[in-house]
Amino acid sequence: MADNKDRDDVTGIDTTGHEWDGIKELNNPLPRWWLWCFYGTIVWGIAYTIAYPAWPLVNAATSGVLGYSTRAEVAEQIAAVDAQNAEVSARLASADLATLAPDDDAHRYGVAGGASVFLAHCSQCHGSGAAGALGYPNLLDDDWLWGGELDAIEYTVRHGIRNDVDPDARWSEMPAFGEIFEDEEIAATVEYVLSISGQDHDASLAEQGATLFEEQCTACHGDAGEGMRDLGAPRLSDAIWLYGGDREALTETITYSRFGVMPPWGQRLDEAEIKAVTLYLHQLGGGE
Amino acid sequence: MLDYVKLMALGLVAILAAIAADWGYDLAYQVHAALIMVIAGVMFIWQVRQIGNSPVLADTSGYLDSVVRAGVIATGFWGVVGFLAGVFIAFQLAFPGLNFEWGQPFTNFGRLRPLHTSAVIFAFGGNALIMSSFYIVQRTCGARLWGGNLAWFVFWGYQLFIVLAATGYLLGATQSKEYAEPEWYVDIWLTVVWVAFLAVYLGTIFKRREKHIYVANWFLLSFIITVAMLHIVNNLSIPVSILGSKSVQVFSGVQDAMTQWWYGHNAVGFFLTAGFLGMMYYFVPKQAERPVFSYKLSIIHFWALIFLYIWAGPHHLHYTALPDWASTLGMVFSIILWMPSWGGMINGLMTLQGAWDKLRTDPIIRMMVISLAFYGMSTFEGPMMSIRAVNSLSHYTDWTIGHVHSGALGWNGMITFGALYFLTPRLWGRKQMYSMSAIDWHFWLATIGIVLYAASMWVTGIMEGLMWREVDAQGFLVNSFADTVSAKFPMYVVRGLGGVLYLAGGLIMVWNMWMTIRGAAPKHAMVGVPAE
Repeated sequence: MADNKDRDDVTGIDTTGHEWDGIKELNNPLPRWWLWCFYGTIVWGIAYTIAYPAWPLVNAATSGVLGYSTRAEVAEQIAAVDAQNAEVSARLASADLATLAPDDDAHRYGVAGGASVFLAHCSQCHGSGAAGALGYPNLLDDDWLWGGELDAIEYTVRHGIRNDVDPDARWSEMPAFGEIFEDEEIAATVEYVLSISGQDHDASLAEQGATLFEEQCTACHGDAGEGMRDLGAPRLSDAIWLYGGDREALTETITYSRFGVMPPWGQRLDEAEIKAVTLYLHQLGGGE
Repeated sequence: MLDYVKLMALGLVAILAAIAADWGYDLAYQVHAALIMVIAGVMFIWQVRQIGNSPVLADTSGYLDSVVRAGVIATGFWGVVGFLAGVFIAFQLAFPGLNFEWGQPFTNFGRLRPLHTSAVIFAFGGNALIMSSFYIVQRTCGARLWGGNLAWFVFWGYQLFIVLAATGYLLGATQSKEYAEPEWYVDIWLTVVWVAFLAVYLGTIFKRREKHIYVANWFLLSFIITVAMLHIVNNLSIPVSILGSKSVQVFSGVQDAMTQWWYGHNAVGFFLTAGFLGMMYYFVPKQAERPVFSYKLSIIHFWALIFLYIWAGPHHLHYTALPDWASTLGMVFSIILWMPSWGGMINGLMTLQGAWDKLRTDPIIRMMVISLAFYGMSTFEGPMMSIRAVNSLSHYTDWTIGHVHSGALGWNGMITFGALYFLTPRLWGRKQMYSMSAIDWHFWLATIGIVLYAASMWVTGIMEGLMWREVDAQGFLVNSFADTVSAKFPMYVVRGLGGVLYLAGGLIMVWNMWMTIRGAAPKHAMVGVPAE
């Protein structure tokens, strides 16, 4: 059969005798190693589809002789972790956090678990290290808007802030003074706030602003701008600012107000997780 | 008479497009309608000016190469555009400030990313496939392209598809299916163009003068037919309005996901693998001037490849709502696919038997060989990543991005560069490329670029996967998502630099092609340049 065909001089192998635009084909056999590897994967494939769920039939698919299922596997892993933590987790869920000793296993478990809850659910706004960002409070310091005691933190986590999902959410709303004040009055108030926070300011404008501040702002922010936690009103007499403390940022805050929102995590997390993240936040540095 | 029918049709299209531009509900639709209006208007005026002229009779005895020449230029152009978009979005990921405020929302990463993927796969890769199909089918059938100017319709129609798709992404029109982002009217247009492509191709095969059909044509034909099927099924959708770009998919939920990845994986399988193997089976033996290694291997691996690939899609959906049985089948078929994929590599590499010395002297051969090496690597990596346990680590990480790019930059890019270097001098009647040392530069820039890209993505991908799954003794997750993002930063910079090198190689190639086409005298005589 090969006699009447071309032979490739370089390799000494016959060609198939066809030629297209100068291209010929050698009549080499399939490489043995290639063929055996191919057979090997086919045999393995058949075995694997017998062992694992694979072939769709009329009403259901074959379930495989190993009885494997991805859902069962992950459920098993979760159940194992839950069983391992069941006792300590239950104790944390029913504990009174204020009296839970720091060397108690439930406390340690709470801090470790709380860190994980925080990374999964809170870090998007408050940052992985809880240092906050513009508009999102820093949780590492002791300057708390709504209180830094364990029960205050727990309440904030559970119900959130200014959301319309949880009727018990913490709620307060600063008026947008752009609708109340003239531009000059806003400017004067800004200078006054700059003065009480120890920044450079225009003294004569600040003096006018003092009167306006006393009339309009002290009800929530306090006589000296020291803030009021019952209303989530920030202290204005320090250097910590949620939305910025320079002239431009303060003008925007007073003109348009701010409205930071936090979701009610009580609807997403279970009891132990809420307690855990509370403990975690409390021990970050600013807990009271 | 025919002239007047054409005039009426063009006028009608222009008027309908004008109405659509006026009544359209969204910006993308309006811009597209206006674009169609302008194109139809210009063609109308051109047609008016032609009336009364005696028709120019073209010589139709030889091969139709003008459309291939246009395809070569389009491939080079879109390649650079796609690489540039890729480099830019790579740096956007490293430095998010590059999502400029003034460019929002048009130059956001989210809109530029599909622009990049479509530009490289469909504009660069698609033009490479169409032009080399036209070239190869004529040469290996000994026949001129069937259908007269239909091939030109395919070329320009495909360019229009690219422009509609790309501008649509920037203007916010997308059906949010990966690699199938264009909206319904763009899909319909592509279907028309693709059927014309199939007709030209099949028509040429039917009138061939060779008795047998060459192996490159099996691969190219399987690519054209399967892509048509994939495109139509995955884009089954109902427009919300005939006057808007938005449409709703016919499938929903996990059925939609499965259809999408059946499409998505076979876009890789038939567009980027079978189609490019068709190119490989012509250009490698031609450039090496050696016979193909094994006819038997080409038959077996061809049929095994096209039979097995079509099942592999579910491996994109491990550990999702997809039932376990479908996931197992996807994985098993992916692994059995390993050897059939390697069949192409063996046949390509072993074709150099007796011509290995050319690796030292011919940078074009070197490009083709490295392309086959990357093909072999990514077709091993792919089956490995389809294994459920491996996938649980690699899925959703940068490892996938690295895998795709070692295939796309290494295999598809390099074989296309080789084909362009092969075709440019032949199509413009030059003895050789203007500068052989520029090809050497291109080779090294592209190779180092790919290595930087793939290595950095392997590192970040595996690191990211390990960080995501890291749990402490009590089963709590250790890292937040943002921790993984900041840990990846240095590798993102390396990846961007890899892209810069690859782009630089592409620019050198385009310059070299330009100088060759212009007819500048080659800097060296027709002797090979030894490898450094």
